[in-house]
Amino acid sequence: MTARANSFDAAAARERCLRYRRRILDISQQVSALHIGSAYSCTEAVDAIYNGLMRAGADGGSPDTFLMSKGHGCMIQYVILEERGILSRADLDAYCTPEGRLGVHPDYGNPGIVAATGALGHGLSMVCGMALAEKARKTAGTIYTVLSDGEVQEGSTWEAVMMASSLKLGNVIAIIDNNDFQSLGRTSETHPSFYPLVEKFEAFGWETVEVPGHDSRAIFEAIAARRGDKPFMLVAKTTKGKGVSYMENVPIWHYRSPNQNEYRQAIEELEAAR
Amino acid sequence: MRNTFSETLYAEATQNPEIYIVVADISPAGSMAKFSTQYPERFINVGVAEQSMIGICAGLALKGGQPFAYTIATFSLYRPFEMVRDDLCYQNLPVTVVGMGAGVIYSTLGGTHHTMEDIAIAGAIPNMQIVAPCDPAECTEATRWCARQKNGPVYLRIGKAGEPDLTKGAEPWVFGKLRYLRRGTDVCILSYGVITKMAAELADRFQARGISTSLVSTHTVKPLDRDGIVAALRNHKHVIVIEEHVPQGGLAPQTKQIAWDIQAQCRLDTFTLQDRFIHNYGSHDDLLAAHGLSIPQIVHRIGLD
Repeated sequence: MTARANSFDAAAARERCLRYRRRILDISQQVSALHIGSAYSCTEAVDAIYNGLMRAGADGGSPDTFLMSKGHGCMIQYVILEERGILSRADLDAYCTPEGRLGVHPDYGNPGIVAATGALGHGLSMVCGMALAEKARKTAGTIYTVLSDGEVQEGSTWEAVMMASSLKLGNVIAIIDNNDFQSLGRTSETHPSFYPLVEKFEAFGWETVEVPGHDSRAIFEAIAARRGDKPFMLVAKTTKGKGVSYMENVPIWHYRSPNQNEYRQAIEELEAAR
Repeated sequence: MRNTFSETLYAEATQNPEIYIVVADISPAGSMAKFSTQYPERFINVGVAEQSMIGICAGLALKGGQPFAYTIATFSLYRPFEMVRDDLCYQNLPVTVVGMGAGVIYSTLGGTHHTMEDIAIAGAIPNMQIVAPCDPAECTEATRWCARQKNGPVYLRIGKAGEPDLTKGAEPWVFGKLRYLRRGTDVCILSYGVITKMAAELADRFQARGISTSLVSTHTVKPLDRDGIVAALRNHKHVIVIEEHVPQGGLAPQTKQIAWDIQAQCRLDTFTLQDRFIHNYGSHDDLLAAHGLSIPQIVHRIGLD
């Protein structure tokens, strides 16, 4: 693991994440609404999984699996799948149109999408089932997932949290996109008992680490250094709408698309960050 | 029926390494203990966590598995409903959701343990198939079919224990087809699941009066054998539906709809659970009788007494 940790190129990750945010911004101009803030919040997490952690298989696929449990953040997944040629530019161009096959939430059956998500609190149990199948067959695939902090409020998530550790699923790696925002406000204000998170997962038998969620190297290294005998939870402290100043921590950008002026400003800010 | 289910599934699971049994803190009796010892990696007890039971089954199926989720019917279908709908039906995965002890079989446990609307609820979801065997032998056929099919999700509605054999000498069981347990010319009684026993008793009453009676197991409730229902309506003077389910969304209203569509000329009577929660306790038969489902009450309403 450490050898791979040393191989992670943080500068390249930064470049990729800027490119992905820019691509999502372009797609935002095709539609009136997409979950842009939610995708920006987990850009580094999803990038680290696809471009750092998942192993490359001989056939071009991977023995590992990524399931986007926070389905509403899937724009970041779409643009990564596009870059890899798994989805086409035409697919992204036809996003949310009658001609296309991609919607606001990932749909099972589309290339690169391993499960239909969107309703919250479903992903982690499916991840457990996938991890069990890998273990039973001794195929040793690792199952990665990204959860929203909002969906950690679902009781079903906690059923899966209990099961993953009870079943000793060391091949489960989850990242919580902890941007502290949900539709009606800051979670730390609306539901203060939601915190602390790390202690809760540790109490349920998960190896748990908290990192700054836009620090690609920190994400990669924390996961690469895991012990592997228990399911692993990374609490990624993130900023909703990360990368565009007027979107950051402003709930409306959970869903809205920027208008032309806002689009231009966002492009300028992303370019300036290069 | 529960034991037959276990034995059949055990036999299938020893042949097929993709079969998993995911239970929610309830043991499928009999052979399942053997299975759990022999194949612990394929026997998963999620505890009292039915949403996770369905989600885990979905994850196993997404990786090519053929899982069975098993608990008391109300907890296998109602409690994790959105997981059944989204994870299993929307993704169209070959997972069998076993509803054990459906209807009002848990007659002393009260309304929280009664499953009176499951056909309507499961049947409303696209892709869901519903199989409800009437006796242990039919349960064997149904379980074996569930273990081998790849169409998509199945809700397998089974009884508990002590069901008599009703299908000895009947024509072969075929998924999606009505099954005549006996053939007559005047009256046809359609039923499925455990209450088919009452349908058989009613058929005996007709026969005793010299009225030639067909008895049919509509074990596949979805997709319903429409052609078979049409033939039953056309070939008999009097068709009777008996089901352990509320009046809406089950076999009774579907049979009426088909009868209307084809302008059926036969008499059609339906006997179902009532559209209400009752607070009675007693035997399974006591509960059914409180809903109006007993031989004397049905005989009286038909005018056979």
